[in-house]
Amino acid sequence: MATYSTNQFKNGLKIIIDNDPCSITENNVVKPGKGQAFNKIKAKNLRTGRVVERTFKSTESVEAADVDEMNVEYLYSDGEQWHFMEPTTFDQHAADAVAVGDAVKWLKGQEVCVLTLWNSTPLSITLPNFVELAVAQTDPGLKGDTAQGATKPATLETGAEVKVPLFIDEGDILKIDTRTGEYVSRA
Amino acid sequence: MTNDQRQEAVSATWQAVASKEVMVQRALMLKNIRAFFDARDVLEVDTPLLSHCSITDPHLDSLPVRFREQHCYLNTSPEYAMKRLLAGWHHPVYQVCKAFRDDELGLLHNPEFTMLEWYRPGFDMRQLMQEMEALIRVLLSALTGAAPGESATKTSSVKEQTEARFEYLSYRQAFIEQTNIDPHQATSQQCLRFAQQNNVEIPQGLTADDAVDDWLDWLLMQVVQAAFCKDGFTFIYDYPASQCALASIEDDGTGVAVAKRFELFYGELELANGFFELTDAAEQLRRFQQDNVQRQQTGKIVGDIDQRFIAALCHGLPACSGVAVGLDRLLMVLTGKVRIEQVLSFPWHRA
Repeated sequence: MATYSTNQFKNGLKIIIDNDPCSITENNVVKPGKGQAFNKIKAKNLRTGRVVERTFKSTESVEAADVDEMNVEYLYSDGEQWHFMEPTTFDQHAADAVAVGDAVKWLKGQEVCVLTLWNSTPLSITLPNFVELAVAQTDPGLKGDTAQGATKPATLETGAEVKVPLFIDEGDILKIDTRTGEYVSRA
Repeated sequence: MTNDQRQEAVSATWQAVASKEVMVQRALMLKNIRAFFDARDVLEVDTPLLSHCSITDPHLDSLPVRFREQHCYLNTSPEYAMKRLLAGWHHPVYQVCKAFRDDELGLLHNPEFTMLEWYRPGFDMRQLMQEMEALIRVLLSALTGAAPGESATKTSSVKEQTEARFEYLSYRQAFIEQTNIDPHQATSQQCLRFAQQNNVEIPQGLTADDAVDDWLDWLLMQVVQAAFCKDGFTFIYDYPASQCALASIEDDGTGVAVAKRFELFYGELELANGFFELTDAAEQLRRFQQDNVQRQQTGKIVGDIDQRFIAALCHGLPACSGVAVGLDRLLMVLTGKVRIEQVLSFPWHRA
């Protein structure tokens, strides 16, 4: 079992807390000048996304999480699993619905994503910050309606629904921010 | 991240973190410290930062460096060298210098920091604490009007209290008031029980098998310091004999042997550590050897014993008190900052 000592702690280090893989986001050494040191950390649970806070007596060793991140291209879904490929090796990885999570709303094909693997099993997918998708269905905007900030719903080619300005028509290609799920502009 | 992106990210951090106003306050603080000691006939000295020896302190680690093919170390404090001067001269001395400590990095720690250290032959611990109070009062009253930016409100609020509050509490009093534990009699089991019963976080790896001093350190930070006056200064003195470091051990008047050691806090922020100094060379050597046994037990590299320092004690160190102050933290207090990097030009991640 690989372990890390507290003096190896740094942001981005992957460790096991409460049996889950976590990524350290803050590491603060606290100690009386002449006394025992402790590491107070914040870490993001890579499975649930929750932030946990922990304190370790310094020099304590902590189990390392075998977490890998790689760039992959989305290929297709068979309904139960989503298939991704490493562009250099052509190795394929299948992620289940839990690992893909909300990302599924924006996946069309060929997007380059970051796949996080824990013990070689897909754990999560991080999409590019922006994707471009076509509008599959939206009601026509009312002519002459110039109200500032007025929006209407639109369904994209992936089935995701977003709020768009009234001037958007079916077939338009939109730029979407995947972090907020919001319309940015016409592409 | 590509190499180009990495380089760009590094280049974007060329500027100082501390504002110019804070650096002006730093310069003023240093000027006032020098004037304070000059007026009291305390001599400014300059001792090496680079030393042949590391340190035996169980909780400090020197940064190793190389000169030619030889291992040497950056000082964790100028204490040994300054005491060697004292043993030769019997004259009060002070120094403002950099100190370096391995593995100390956080909101209140930078691996390289600025230290003020001074020694007073003929002073007992209380006299030195009082001199320290006088110095801080001078620095507070010298604060220029509200500095621009976020420091403005805090600066003026500290300034308004020209009569800053100073409290003097024994380590035992402070502990008993907050935990009902007598630190001179405490056991690890007792501290653990206190933490469990009072919902105090227990760090992973801290157990009843650990030294009671580890537990006292934790409870001091989590519970005792948290109760100190938020906008005043607190001196804690008469430490447990097991935490004596380089302080002499004496009866506290109630039959308990205590270390004549003190610390100064502003709110919860630790600012300084001082001793009524141990002058007995044989006892000092024994403590260093004991420290090394402890280092071995906790898996640390055994430290070098500075034989020139021991020789100076053999020659004769005058009865004296000395104190080391973290000047970056003191500047945090003077400028109302909460993170050490806010008072440093280029903290570690930009150095």
